[in-house]
Amino acid sequence: MSTFALDNPVWNRLRDPRTAGIAGIVLGVVACFVALPPITARSPLYPVLVGIAAAILGLSAALRGLRRLGWGAFAAGLIGIVLGVLATRSSEGNLSIVFTASLIASMFVFSTPLVFGSMAGIFSERSGVVNIGLEGMMLMGAFWGVYGADKGKSWAVGILVAMLAGGLLALVHAYFAIHLRADQIVGGTAVNFLALGITGYFFFQLYNGQDIPIGVSTIPDVHLPYIRHWKYIGPAIGSLNLLVWVSFALVIVTWFVLFKTPIGLRIRACGEHPRAADTVGINVYAIRYGCVVLSGMLAALGGAYLSIGFGGGAYTDNMTAGRGFIALAAMIFGNWRPFGAFGAALLFGFSTALAYRLPAYSGSAATLFQALPYVLTLIAVAGVVGRTVPPAADGKPYKKQ
Amino acid sequence: MAEQDDAPTVAGRLALAQRAGGAAGPVLTAVFALLLGGFVVLATGANPLSTYRAIFDGSGLNWLFPWVSGSARSFAATNLQQTLLLTTALVLCGLAVSVGFRCGLFNIGGQGQYIVGSIFALWIGSSFVTMNGPLHVVLAIAAATLTGAAYAGIAGLLKAITGAHEVISTIMLNWIAVWVGSWLVGQGGALQSHANGASVPISSAVAPATHLHVFWGNPVLQGLDVGFFFALAALVVYAVLLNRTTLGFELRAVGFNPEAARYAGIAVARTYVKTMAIAGAFAGLAGAIDVLGWEFQLGVTDIQTSQIGFIAIAVAVLGRNRALGVFFSALLFGALLTGTSTRNLDATVFRPDLAGNLTLIIQGLVVLFVGADVLMLWLWNRRRRLRVAT
Repeated sequence: MSTFALDNPVWNRLRDPRTAGIAGIVLGVVACFVALPPITARSPLYPVLVGIAAAILGLSAALRGLRRLGWGAFAAGLIGIVLGVLATRSSEGNLSIVFTASLIASMFVFSTPLVFGSMAGIFSERSGVVNIGLEGMMLMGAFWGVYGADKGKSWAVGILVAMLAGGLLALVHAYFAIHLRADQIVGGTAVNFLALGITGYFFFQLYNGQDIPIGVSTIPDVHLPYIRHWKYIGPAIGSLNLLVWVSFALVIVTWFVLFKTPIGLRIRACGEHPRAADTVGINVYAIRYGCVVLSGMLAALGGAYLSIGFGGGAYTDNMTAGRGFIALAAMIFGNWRPFGAFGAALLFGFSTALAYRLPAYSGSAATLFQALPYVLTLIAVAGVVGRTVPPAADGKPYKKQ
Repeated sequence: MAEQDDAPTVAGRLALAQRAGGAAGPVLTAVFALLLGGFVVLATGANPLSTYRAIFDGSGLNWLFPWVSGSARSFAATNLQQTLLLTTALVLCGLAVSVGFRCGLFNIGGQGQYIVGSIFALWIGSSFVTMNGPLHVVLAIAAATLTGAAYAGIAGLLKAITGAHEVISTIMLNWIAVWVGSWLVGQGGALQSHANGASVPISSAVAPATHLHVFWGNPVLQGLDVGFFFALAALVVYAVLLNRTTLGFELRAVGFNPEAARYAGIAVARTYVKTMAIAGAFAGLAGAIDVLGWEFQLGVTDIQTSQIGFIAIAVAVLGRNRALGVFFSALLFGALLTGTSTRNLDATVFRPDLAGNLTLIIQGLVVLFVGADVLMLWLWNRRRRLRVAT
């Protein structure tokens, strides 16, 4: 019996400290979750029990060498206990206002532009070009998306125009980064200024800074039949915007292309060791140009989602308001991997959605809650993620010999 | 490293900058960017020459011409005071970015550090009203500088201890500063003014005794205050610190090559923390000077729409992170911003709302071309070849 236990791969997997750490973090979240709707346990005993289990798992992982993950799980357990007990103390009325299934829906609403932005960043940086200009490319998408949807009378035209504009701006960045071998961070900063100037200029020139006609064609929501009426799941995913689903698909496609296809291998080779890639006949310049331009188009798609997606056809000056940078943070947070970045974007989207609902508890602190996503990201970047490893040749210009 | 010859290292870039003619490069790029901006003006159907003329006059730089006289001269003086007020903040925030660059850190957090500094100056300045005037000013400025340093130090500390990328942490700190600052001066906030029945999201004003002395122009019409000299002094401090002190040497060594610096016995992590703290001190000081010099109170919109810290990135890049360069590029951007403001630009020549965005485009072009030193070197070599040919 004991030999069976030792050789059983499932058991070995469970004994792995990494599994214990991850399970600890999950349980820490659950500890808080049991006190929230739809479960709404009213006794503080449940979150405390689950939280202690999480802390023990974390401790066991930490003592077996996985310090960061282990202590992360330990902290998750403790935080889960505190939040869970707090939730059992708060009135059920407030809880049901804040933690509804539509919280999940608004999590997706806020995370979608970040998902597009971070996938855009992954393509660019995996090929070896730092893209701090995501913000600008997103902004181009937001403005030209509205412009296209307005003049072309169709949201599809809007999306095309947005991607074209984002791609063009990315082409500028690519030319300076690849051919002129300029400092890529400086170039990206320049691209951001350019986008802010260009969109602002044309916003005033074409629309007087405000007169975007009401009723611009917008990207439709997808109303899932049947599922829409299910309890919990219906309000959460029953009628999300089309681009939200596209962003889910994009994560999977990005992962598949980068890690399961020859072209992805080439992209990663250019980002890790361009000289070696060049030696085996990969056209480093072509791959990098392609990736940066694709990056601009994807970021612009995220921008278009802001203006003609859930924005309902509205545009305001500097509409992206730093989301490109947050997407960049999500990408680094996820260690330049699609699913990691997706998780980071969801975390950020969730805390933004939460920040909009927490004023149910304290109206006067409504503005303060807006800082929550940034605080959480800072803690997560410093505490859980720590030293991330970018692609080896990220940001280094390559010169053909 | 096989790619040494591609000038990707900081050392390589500096050498390249030297070969590409020192100050000539940035000046050329600025002129080139202004030229391209002129084409944008032309594309919208306005006359680029008269537009630039109007921007120049709006910035008040025509005050320097002795033949401008009478009411035009006093008008120009008022405009120039505006320009120099902006220059003051841009110099200090530009230094905050520059000092980071010299250590190999990209400090995008100048905005947040500036906000933290201005909030603390505001808090000290609007409370303790019975305090002795000069002491009050010193206390407010010191508090702003120190808290700015501490705030930036968080990013340095996180990088040193956990390896968190400073670009992310400073961006997050920017937004935290924006929202916490808005909360403090906004509706029901701790620093909100109670003068209007607490219905306006704006802070109380700092005590009149804490206002910085205005040495040129009308104190009521935002004349130029002594904060300008603080900025000039900061430039000297920056140059001396970097070139004449051990800390400055260590800082630059880490910027050139952290690994080599580590082998040489320099505590790299500690240098990161110190560098960020110095950067934050500059930006915090800028916040204090703006609040005590001409803003006196802060509204939620002031905090949320301020762009000083971001423009400072362009200032640092164009100034090539040198004291003198930072001064002149701060002056250029200060003049562009003032000259294209709705208040100062002659609306019959060019629409100010468009011109403000034109400034952004020019900024973008400047930064774009400044970054492309390979292009500069190529042009420089072409010039030399031409000279040989003739």
